[in-house]
Amino acid sequence: MKFRIQRFDPDRDAKPYFKEYDLEPGPSDRMLLDALVRIKAMDDSLSLRRSCREGVCGSDAMNINGKNGLACTTKLADLPNVVTLKPLAGLPIIRDLIVDMTLFFQQYHSVKPYVIDNDPMPERERLQSPAQRDELDGLYECILCACCSTSCPSFWWNPDKFVGPAGLLQAYRFIADSRDKATNERLDDLEDPYRLFRCHTIMNCVDVCPKGLNPTLAIGRIRELLVKRAV
Amino acid sequence: MSIPVRKFDAVIVGAGGSGMRASLELAQAGLRVAVLSKVFPTRSHTVAAQGGIGAALGNMGEDSWLWHMYDTVKGSDYLGDQDAIEFMCRMAPETVIELEHYGMPFDRNENGTIYQRPFGGHSANFGEKPVQRSSCAADRTGHAMLHTLYQRNVLAKTQFFVEWMALDLVRADDGQVLGVTALEMETGEIVMFHAKATLFATGGAGRIFASSTNAFINTGDGLGMAARAGIPLEDMEFWQFHPTGVAGAGVLITEGVRGEGGYLLNKDGERFMERYAPTMKDLASRDVVSRAMATEIKEGRGVGEHGDHVLLKLDHLGLETIDKRLPGIREIAMKFANVDPVKQPIPVVPTVHYQMGGIPTNFHGEVIVPASASQVVVPGFYAAGECGCASIHGANRLGTNSLTDLLVMGKSAGAAMIEYIRKSGNAHRELPATVGDFSRSRIARLDSQSGGEDVHEVRSEIQRTMQAHCGVFRFPDLLEQGVAKIKALTDRVARTQIGDKSKVFNTARVEALELDNLMETARATMVSALARQESRGAHDRADFHKRDDVNWLKHTLWFRDGDRLDYKPVHLKPLTVPTFEPKARVY
Repeated sequence: MKFRIQRFDPDRDAKPYFKEYDLEPGPSDRMLLDALVRIKAMDDSLSLRRSCREGVCGSDAMNINGKNGLACTTKLADLPNVVTLKPLAGLPIIRDLIVDMTLFFQQYHSVKPYVIDNDPMPERERLQSPAQRDELDGLYECILCACCSTSCPSFWWNPDKFVGPAGLLQAYRFIADSRDKATNERLDDLEDPYRLFRCHTIMNCVDVCPKGLNPTLAIGRIRELLVKRAV
Repeated sequence: MSIPVRKFDAVIVGAGGSGMRASLELAQAGLRVAVLSKVFPTRSHTVAAQGGIGAALGNMGEDSWLWHMYDTVKGSDYLGDQDAIEFMCRMAPETVIELEHYGMPFDRNENGTIYQRPFGGHSANFGEKPVQRSSCAADRTGHAMLHTLYQRNVLAKTQFFVEWMALDLVRADDGQVLGVTALEMETGEIVMFHAKATLFATGGAGRIFASSTNAFINTGDGLGMAARAGIPLEDMEFWQFHPTGVAGAGVLITEGVRGEGGYLLNKDGERFMERYAPTMKDLASRDVVSRAMATEIKEGRGVGEHGDHVLLKLDHLGLETIDKRLPGIREIAMKFANVDPVKQPIPVVPTVHYQMGGIPTNFHGEVIVPASASQVVVPGFYAAGECGCASIHGANRLGTNSLTDLLVMGKSAGAAMIEYIRKSGNAHRELPATVGDFSRSRIARLDSQSGGEDVHEVRSEIQRTMQAHCGVFRFPDLLEQGVAKIKALTDRVARTQIGDKSKVFNTARVEALELDNLMETARATMVSALARQESRGAHDRADFHKRDDVNWLKHTLWFRDGDRLDYKPVHLKPLTVPTFEPKARVY
């Protein structure tokens, strides 16, 4: 197989360029990350993030033949013979496949990603019915890999103002939590031409999420709550 | 040459479960705390924990912390310190409730309480029958817990230094710990983090083995730093092989599968655990199940073309239970084993998973070292989580007790640090004049090394050696050869060379620095394993088949200098209850 990987080291390079690597995957090379680890053994200057290699830590998100995904859960067998790899779009490149995720995490932090409940806590756990808990399914599983937000044209244009699909999915995760007491404040914060309403339901986020989550649906739910609140 | 210095009340190395539980304690107390992590906090390896958190909440029926304590002592094959075990099991329910109060999305029962599932080695009434003690969020408990802890730290305004790698521990002449030097990956800058109290929460070093459930980042950095600074490592011969890693891929399949009713089959379709553990069957402790699986494979009853694995059957649980309780497992099986567990069994094999040993501490997380005839605290130094050894897990950890350990020991270490910092006054102790020189010399050597060793090759050689010479079953000749090979590899590690000389996010440099830490951990493991002439918990010697309480009911201490070994007694006396006297382990 041929791997065309976008390279850039600000110490050395004036601009990004593509470097090609030929590699025949061995029998134990199942995933794209396996191939990248072998390429790095040949050329240790290739920089990428990786950790759990099973799709739960969210480190190795990248653009794979034009579509964002995790290298560790992308099967080599599902890829064509020529694989083009680029860093996630819309965020500054630090080096090679590593992008600066500061803006992405700032947006995540901006939604106050924690249960707000200022009442004194009971001695035991707060009760939550299985149905109430089910409301969190499809939301809490997010791994903050940024595949979604960096495939969203609205986020590319306004990463400093638009919360983006990942942040909004988490905003709704706390709105949907029966233990959270700050729904109104959360809706106030999102009722803004940029923070929420830059979503134009392009749905790239749904298409690329490696965990099969649906940020567009969550954004729709937030919109519904805003409408309900207005009438 | 002077090094930039940043001052904090506390520095925590590692942003997994124990590091972030401790930082929360410190930040909430209004102290200035810096948390250093090689990866963004939610990418720490705690994220991969699946099955649950052990705590006697009693939500599903009668349970008690004393039963949990008995199970943990028995699970440890009586090598666990019973004061630390009592402490953990008593504190467990309150720390789990606290986590719920932080917003953890636990699964729930019809009455709204936290759902708990059965797990290996956890029993009611001192071994009578399995008990439901594992609080979980489907099979993503570690992910849910790590994100919850990060979220609470955001609220508490903890200061994170993300993608900083700690390099070396800095000590005063009298041994007091003054902080760490660390490398900012993005810029290549080296900074001294000067602290009144320093906590290592760096996790395990499962990457010393070729086949491991562990993440790439699990390179034993805390162990390497401690060893280089003259701190011994405790009980490093004890490594847990998790029964169910995906064959060929190493990825973890939670014991929760068996907790929910799944079981293991050999090539004859026999549920073989009934022969090895008549009461607990597939829910016996992990060392017992892994040994049983390895025996089945060794005796020709393994499955597959090479007869090298067994099968984990769960299709009888039905689609609904699997999608509700084990959705992540289904995803992993489909991606990494090409089977849908709703229809087909998953091929599994015992896989290195957890390091029971580590930096010696008491149950306050204070690091303890030998001095003349007793054990003394190293002032200003703490360790918690997988890199610490309290010793709660002894020779074998029970499933779910790792997350319990992270919460209880993280909180306990945080509290001890607060007390120590408040007593120590406002001033930081002066740093030695040579601070940073050693770390800089390590980087300088890497930058200038020519004609040296390839990092990837040397690392692979360490991993192959550990796998072949220090596995589920351990043989004297293989261990002896293993010690010689590992010692020879130490010289090669000292001459590693990298091609990448860039200052910006130089991951080749990071991997070379990690290799130094893997090396120390591997050597500690192999040397300690050769010396221990008995079989206990996860350490199974072909030449010493039985546990030997007369000669070996004691903790190993390995010192880096000269690979010296020392031993210290097990704390058999709990805090308030009578001792659980060592007896034969039957499940």
